[in-house]
This record gives sequence, structure tokens and C-alpha cells, in this order.
Amino acid sequence: MTKTITDVICPFCGTLCDDVEVVVSDDGKKLLEVANACVIGTEKFLHSQSADRVTKPRLRQADGSWKDISYDEAADYTAKMLAGAKKPLMYGWSSTNCEAQSVGNEIAEIAKACCDNTAAVCHGTTLIAVQDIGLPTCTLGEVKNRADRVIFWGCNPAHAHPRHMSRYSIFPRGFFTGKGQMSRKLVVVDPRCTDTSKMADVHLQIEQGRDYELLNALRVALKGEWLPDSVAGIPAEKIREVADILKSGRFGIIFFGMGVTQSLSKNHNIDEAIALTKDLNEYTKYSIMPMRGHYNVTGSGEVFAWQFGFPYSVDLTRGFARYNPGDSSSIDLLTRGEVDAMFTIGSDPGAHFPISAVKGIAKVDSVCIDPHLTPTSGVSKLHVPVAFNGVECGGNCYRMDNVPIDCRKVVEPPEGMLTDEQFLVMVRDRLRKLKGAA
Amino acid sequence: MSEYIIKNGHVFDPVQGIKGDKLDIAIKDGKIVDKVGSGAKVIDAKDKTVMAGAVEIHAHVAGPKVNLGRIYRPEDKLFSCTPTKGMERMGSGASIPTTFKTGYEYAKMGFGVAMEAAMPPLFSRHVHEEIRDTPIIDEGAFPVFGNNWFVLEYLKNQEIENTAAYIAWMLNVTKGYAVKVVNPGGTEAWGWGLNCLTVNDPVPYFDITPAEIVKGLMEANEYLGLPHSMHIHPNNLGNPGCYETTLDTMRLAEGIKANNKFGREQVLHLTHSQFHSYKGTNWGDFESGAKEITDYVNKNKNITIDTGNVTLDETTTMTADGPFEHHLTGLNHLKWANCDVELETAAGVVPYIYSPNISVCAIQWAIGLEIPLMMKDPMRCYITTDHPNAGPFTRYPRVYKWLMSEKARKQQIDSFKHKDKVLSQTGIGALDREISLYELAQMTRAGPAKSLGLASMVGGLKPGMDADVAIYNINPDKPVANPDDIEKAFSRCAAFIKSGVQVVSNGEIVSNGHKRTLWVNVKAKENPQVARDIAEKFVKYYSMTQNNYEALGHHFVPNPYAIEVDATN
Repeated sequence: MTKTITDVICPFCGTLCDDVEVVVSDDGKKLLEVANACVIGTEKFLHSQSADRVTKPRLRQADGSWKDISYDEAADYTAKMLAGAKKPLMYGWSSTNCEAQSVGNEIAEIAKACCDNTAAVCHGTTLIAVQDIGLPTCTLGEVKNRADRVIFWGCNPAHAHPRHMSRYSIFPRGFFTGKGQMSRKLVVVDPRCTDTSKMADVHLQIEQGRDYELLNALRVALKGEWLPDSVAGIPAEKIREVADILKSGRFGIIFFGMGVTQSLSKNHNIDEAIALTKDLNEYTKYSIMPMRGHYNVTGSGEVFAWQFGFPYSVDLTRGFARYNPGDSSSIDLLTRGEVDAMFTIGSDPGAHFPISAVKGIAKVDSVCIDPHLTPTSGVSKLHVPVAFNGVECGGNCYRMDNVPIDCRKVVEPPEGMLTDEQFLVMVRDRLRKLKGAA
Repeated sequence: MSEYIIKNGHVFDPVQGIKGDKLDIAIKDGKIVDKVGSGAKVIDAKDKTVMAGAVEIHAHVAGPKVNLGRIYRPEDKLFSCTPTKGMERMGSGASIPTTFKTGYEYAKMGFGVAMEAAMPPLFSRHVHEEIRDTPIIDEGAFPVFGNNWFVLEYLKNQEIENTAAYIAWMLNVTKGYAVKVVNPGGTEAWGWGLNCLTVNDPVPYFDITPAEIVKGLMEANEYLGLPHSMHIHPNNLGNPGCYETTLDTMRLAEGIKANNKFGREQVLHLTHSQFHSYKGTNWGDFESGAKEITDYVNKNKNITIDTGNVTLDETTTMTADGPFEHHLTGLNHLKWANCDVELETAAGVVPYIYSPNISVCAIQWAIGLEIPLMMKDPMRCYITTDHPNAGPFTRYPRVYKWLMSEKARKQQIDSFKHKDKVLSQTGIGALDREISLYELAQMTRAGPAKSLGLASMVGGLKPGMDADVAIYNINPDKPVANPDDIEKAFSRCAAFIKSGVQVVSNGEIVSNGHKRTLWVNVKAKENPQVARDIAEKFVKYYSMTQNNYEALGHHFVPNPYAIEVDATN
């Protein structure tokens, strides 16, 4: 007999769907089927069952080969590495739970490390803009129940957050939006034609890198002031038409993604997008929300903030928390060669950082804690495979709208495998002894 | 657990009516006892003041809007970071300190209990994660109900029983402590960018008035017999002339009697009353309504209040009154954050600088002091700064100084740029009352504990109560030479014992104690209609499934202390 587990949370993207159903074998050791999740989420669950999974920590040998070691030895290596380093970097945290993040922060405090999460290469610019100008936002259920104007700017949820549109933003029939998609106008701003833009009522195919100008032009159009014939490749009449669409809604929402956060102008784009949202609140009700990527990158920012006071790129090397993105952010630390030990967990900088920064990782002692084989595990000296969070262990995670949802354990990890939290506790206890901390 | 005996201190305990007598306080197994053995550790409190641990009835110390404040205000950390030190974790933040710093700062001032004043139910896990990371102090959190769709729908049809059943369910799944109401109806209206500014403004679509919501929630609260009363932030906060709305709100309590087994007498707690006591028609003729408000409260025994003292600092305002924060950003043009929460509430955050050079801020300062000085019964008026809204909680010692010393008030008034306006628009200049140490113990210990329904547990030094004991470097036998000495003494207690464990010695943290999460476990009658309504709303309108809603497990509430309420009869 198999068992069906309902209300499972999908540990893939910031949409954090919590209606997934998983079928497991009677002994709870095999995960057989996944229902309700998108293809990516399904794959994440099923991937945990792959036969070629690494189940033991592996230490790189002088000849380049890997040697299997025990978790004890791996914790010893990690603690010694952190204890001996002057400026260790502890990066990642976005694909693990808040319990592990919390233990990680204790470690970072004892080791006086720099701590950073994947916002550094994603929505960190959003956070800087929020620090400039604020953030009128809402939970995703508000969008479902009220929104009649939905704008996707520089993002493509059809591929990146596949169930976002059906659960929250375009299709659902909410309390005040009984006609579902029919009750909403969809505007997509993207230089590309995407599967999201194909659904739009209006697709503004903007010139690449001209987001700031278009956002600014929309603010001008709202006020009915003069506009040049075209801005960012969009004719003035079109801009005025869209401004009228935005203004005429009862409740609007702007979702934005990496197309604006990591293109030319970076945080200034977001400043302007938030200013547009603020302006729209003079006429009707508007919110704005970043489309966060990893399922718990938001949680990492939250835990950093309540424990250290800052959401990412926190530098603890002086014994208290400092924050100065550009100086204390991971890529900058690595490319400047300041990092003398690299600790990666729940993310893959090897695949996403510029090669100059990845070379910085390869040069120093390094640990990668990740259930998968990744480019980062490939360049690290020690790879510690762990249980899949959200599949083989539970733990709290924060959705892109900051709503916390407790992930579920649905299947046992392979025998003897530890979770992120369990391994980090081993490292913390060893590090405390090495450093003589209280 | 170890035994302690605190010798020769001047004890102030309103619970037993002790007014500065020299007495020994004995502690055993986390409780105050009559006597202990000869092996007990002796703490010498000669020439010092001994009080129960203080009780914070209203502060924003944990949860999503507090953390949003931390995230979006890196400038709040400037010059306010504290390094790792012994068993103290590092901290940062002035108006919105990190969780560890929050716990340490409260403990160093001798606080044993703090209540998080507004928990959005959907975010209860976040609130509890932060509470877990706030060391030493016991904390509870008030879920907000005043704009909740269930409540609006039930109360529109005057269904008190269903409202009560829903409250019971909600307290249980969110591990909440009390019924909090913020801008009733107005925050739901804010979902459409609107507001309710009087108790009679109808809520869009739901077609119910704030008055009906407030009255219904009070009745439901008493129907269940909860330890605390309905705790309200009324409509029209912070506007000139708002005192009339406040009076209208308080009048709704007329004729309602407290029903509970916890010794609580009020049915309505008016929070941060300073923000609700404004007369005038604009910021130019802005004046104090403290007299009108306190006159009413003095006469009506079923109401308690807290002050919401402006401390003249740069701070961060945060409230579930979403439309107010939007209004505020329009006034001061500082950055605005807002978060609307589906079916339940909303919240806003805006930094604010209470400058002594601005007449309105100085008048707000005066109103905050007028209220406690005009209140006849200190057991019904508690000192708060509505942390961090009117100022950070770390400024309590300064507020005590202003209340306890007319000289200190005069000094402050003299330093105001618009001194004459402060004196003409408020009654502060004519108030010569000085709060005594005994009255202070009523306003910060016994009073709030009674209002919260915790009177048998904290707020006093009677044998059998929790051993929360604070010792301050003040000798009541000697006149205070310099008012600043009051502030200094209350900023760092000589010793603080929390639940029988010494956590502070000479103003330094010596133990992380055994922090507890206080919550109210209501056993209510089964109500199939409410159960069905809840299930339906989750299927149709929430963005989360019902099975994932409850804050469950060790991670969120590692050390719970449930206050049991049996409402099955």
C-alpha cells in the first residue's frame, strides 16, 4: 500500500506552493509520485530518489580525486577551516530552512565571518531600493482576492514561477475577483516575447535596459504632463494608454524580476518602480512585489535581519554587524581576494558568480553543503551532501511575500544522512570549543 | 533551582500594599516564598529599591512589520551596534533593535514580560520565530481581529457566539494571547485605499461600522472570559480632533461587565492613548485633549489605558493601521512601507523624527505626560512608548524621570523652541504631581499584570508568585538630588532575577534565563458552522491551505506557557 501526503510544500521557487500531493511507499522510504506541482517542482521531489546521489561527505585529495569521509571528519574540517580563517565567507542559505540559517548565524558570529545570501546576485538591488524609498506591498492572497490590474515587469513567471499565475495572479477567482482572468487586465513589460507576454492585454516590448525611462514616463503620464514621441521604444500614446489602464483599476500589483534588478540601472530601476506604485496610490490602491527566486531566500533575509539587523551582505569580522553592499557583498569580497575560506550552503555560486569570483573560491579552503552535485561542489575542497530540505526534512520557509510556511518531511533520507541543521550544529559545537566561545 | 534571599531592600509592591518598607524577599524554585534555608544566596539590597519585574503591555518587538523596519532602515543601526560579549549575542538597532538586543535591553531595565501588540495571524510563525530568539523575557502576542473578514461577517449579523468560537480557534492556531483591534474597519477599507475615520463610517462592501465591530468583539471577549480584555487602537489615530472618536469608542464599553476568572476588571484597554487625545482642527491649533480623555477614564472603571509617551527621538513608526502610515508619509515624506494581509489586516512602517524644535512633537510629548499625571488610579494607567512608535522602549527610564520629577519636566519644557505654545496648548505647566515609586510600581508592574489577567503570576512579590524581582540603585530615604539619577538607576538594574534565575548583575547579563511564550488556550464549544466557514475561506480565498496555517511545533514555541480558559459552559 502506498500513502498519499497532502498539503506538501514545494521547496523550489519563491511561490512556495503548499498544495502539493506526494505518494510515498508504505515504509516511507521511497517517493513515488508527485501531483499538483509544476514540472520543476516535481523534478525537485523526484530528484531526491535518484540512484546516483552522493550520500557521504567527500574530501578532495592532492591528486584531485575524492575520498569519502564521515560527517564527523567533515565537521572537524569545516570547524577548523572557519576557526583558522581571518575573513571566511559564508554564502548561500536560500535553499535551506530558517532553523539551519539560525544555527549558521551562530557559527558566523563565532567565526566572525561575512554572511551573504543569494540576494547578492538577485534581488539585493531591490533591498537597496527598499532602503531608499520603502515598499508598499501585500500578500499574494490580496492579489488573488482584489487585483484587477496585474503588471509583470522584467519577469517571466510562465517559466520561472510556473504556478504563480494560476495560484495568485492571473487566473484565480478570488473574493472580489469572481470572474478570474476576465476580471483582470494584464500588462507585461519585457524586451522579449515570452509565454507570459503572450497572455498579456498589453505587452510593452521595451528597448533593453530602458526600464528606468519607461517607469519615469509612466509617472509623467499619470500626471498628464508632456512626453516625447517615444520613450524606451514605446510610443507616447501607448504609454498614456497604459497609464490610464493602471489608474482605472481598483487594486493593482506590479511584480518585477531580474530583468529590472540586474539590468542597467539596477536599484534605481526599482526606486522608480516603487515611486510609480506610490504615485498610483494617490489615485487608487497599488502594491509592488519582487518575484523572489529560491524558495527561502526571503527567509534568509528575514533571519539575518532579526538577528543581525541587515537582510544580506552582512560583515561580522569586527565582532559586530556591518552592512555595505559593494564592499561586504560576496562577489566583491571574492574578486578582491579578501576571502580566505569559503563556506557555501543551499546555493550554487559556482554556476552563477562571474568566473573571477569562482576562481577566488577555488583558491582557498572551501566547503560546499548541498544535496546535489553542482559547479560549486566541483570547485570546493569538501562536499557535504545533506538531506533535501522540504522533502526529507521539514523546516520554516518564507514565501516571496514574506509569508512563513512550515515545510514538511515526506520521505526518509538515505540511511545515515544528516540534515543541514544537524550538520551545522556539529560544526557549531566544534567551533565553540576551538574558539573558546561561551 | 537555586535559592535566593534579597535582604534589606526597600520593597514596593502594590499587590501587598508595601510602600518602601525594609523587607527580605525569599526565592525558591522560581517562586517567591515565605522563607528559604540558610544556604540561600544572599543579595544585599541595602539602600536600594526592590520591585517585581516590570510588565510591558504594548510594544512592537517581534514579527513581520518590526523586521521590515529592520530591513529597510540600515541607518537605524548607525552607532547602535553591540558586539558579542560573553553570553550576549551581538546586537544592533536603536529604535528597532535585533531580537537578542531587545531581550537584553528589557532585562537590563528589569522587565520580565513583554507583549507583542499586533500579530498578523497569517504571519504568526514569523512572530514566534522572533519571540524564540528574544532571550530572557516572557512574551505573548496579540493577534489582530478588527479587520478580519470572519469577524466582519459574523458581527454584521450580531453573531457573538460564532465570533467567540472563531477567536478561540485563532488564538489556538496562532498561539496568541489576546484580542487586538487596530483601526476597526479602517484597515479593511485600506484594501481599497480608503479608511474609516469615525466609529460610524461603514466598511466598504462588508457594510458594518467600527462601532459594531468594537462592541461585538468586547462581547465575544467576555463571552469567552479571556485573561485580557479587548485591546484597542481606535479609528482616527493621530489626527487633530481625534479625541472625539476616542470618546465615542470608549462609550461603546458602557454597560459591559468583565467576565473572567483572572481578576481582570476592564472590558476595554485603550492603547497609546496619547495618540488618541488630540483636540484642534489642524496642526496649527493642535491642542491637548488629555483632560477630556482622562476625565472619562477616571469615571469609567471598566476601562484601562496605556500612555504611548513621545520620547523626542528619531524612531520608526509601525502599525496595523495601514491608512494612517500612508497619511504619515504624506506628512513627513519619509520612506513608506506597507503590507496588506489577505482576509485579516494590513501594516505600515514609516520612520519619524520627534523633534523638540517642532511644536506638534513637543505638544505630543506633553500630552503623553499629562495623561498619567491626570489619571487618578495608577492601577488603570500604564506607561508605554508604544515602542517604537512614540519612542524606543529603551527610553522608559527617561519617561519615568519626567513623571517622577517636576524639575525634569520644567527643564525639558524650557528647552523647547516653542515653549509658549506647548504651555498654551496643553495643561502640562500646571501639573505639579510627581509619581511616587509606589505609583510607578502600579503603573509598570501590578497594573499591567492585572489588566493582562496575569495578576496571580507576575507584577507583585507575594509568596507564590513568579520570582521576577528587580533591584534598582535608588534609595527612597534620600531625596533625589538630580532627576537624571532616576533615569540612570532605571536604565540598568543592580540585579534582576527572572523566574528564580539571576539574569542581570550590575547591569550586565549573566544568564539567558528560561524564556517562555505565553499564550491562551481556550476550550470552546464545538461550532460546526464556524469550522465549516473556516474551511471554506481557506479553500476559496486564502493563499495557504488550512493544514499549513497553524504555528506548530518546537521550533516556533519551544517553551510554551499556556493559560487555560474553559469556555465550554
